[in-house]
Amino acid sequence: MENIRIEGTAKTPTVDFNRSSGVLVIRGRSIPENSIDFYKPLVEWIDSYAENPNDVTVLNMQLEYFNTSSSKCILDVFKKLEQINKNGQEVQIQWHYEEEDEDMLEAGEDYDAIIDIDFKMVKVVEF
Amino acid sequence: MTKIQEIFDLYDSMERKNIMLSFKGDMSTSLLTSILQIIENKLDRFGESPRVKKRIFNILVECLQNLYHHIDQPPKRAGADTPSVIVMVAKNVSGYAIITGNFMLDGNAHVLKKRLEQINGMTQEEVKNLYKSVLADGKMSEKGGGGLGMIDIARKSGEKLEYGFIPFGDGSSFFSLNVKVNQ
Repeated sequence: MENIRIEGTAKTPTVDFNRSSGVLVIRGRSIPENSIDFYKPLVEWIDSYAENPNDVTVLNMQLEYFNTSSSKCILDVFKKLEQINKNGQEVQIQWHYEEEDEDMLEAGEDYDAIIDIDFKMVKVVEF
Repeated sequence: MTKIQEIFDLYDSMERKNIMLSFKGDMSTSLLTSILQIIENKLDRFGESPRVKKRIFNILVECLQNLYHHIDQPPKRAGADTPSVIVMVAKNVSGYAIITGNFMLDGNAHVLKKRLEQINGMTQEEVKNLYKSVLADGKMSEKGGGGLGMIDIARKSGEKLEYGFIPFGDGSSFFSLNVKVNQ
């Protein structure tokens, strides 16, 4: 199975999903008008990855902005990973936020409350 | 009054209201991107705090994408044959205001009005919980938002939303929204 590597744009994030390391990164801005188009291939990738996942999978979320159109798609990504975790392979979700961005921290806490994986909140000075 | 005078009056009225940006016309994805870029650059130049900057940017994204997705055909007699919207960003002493206006079919306007009444009747904590429950219920609209837009706007603003509907009696209404972000 192929890795996913998508360069970020003004409206879509950089994506780096690595099959062999089990490290998945979504970084930058996620504010497209139609998020479903953007996230569908990512969710499908995780579906095939879930058939034979690594012992440890790490998702690094480093979002500067995301719109409400992306928020449900991001939840879908988390739900796929939650399933892998339930099946017995460890999944870590690291939610990065800039130190002055309390709203982004709160957004991570919202997801943490919905998803049955303990999020690690990672404060950074600046992305 | 001559037309030339009207141009200045329009400019002067906007200047007095501290309008940073004003647009009337139809909303496209490229225009949406440009407006976001212009406002982001201006907020950087003003040296605005990251917190306020991000809130304005987030609210503006949601407002512009609402205009892009939910615009309805205006009534014929309004003089336009393509859907037209208005967007303004203003800076005043206490903070910023993001102002939008667009035509909506009465049925859609009714649904939106109910949602706005619900949101404005809530405390900030309740708005936050509503956001979480709508996010968690898993339903998604074809546009992907699933009704989170206005809730997110209210949450980021922290103020009551000011809005109005002007019915045109022909099945459509003009919807106006004024979202405030305090510094």
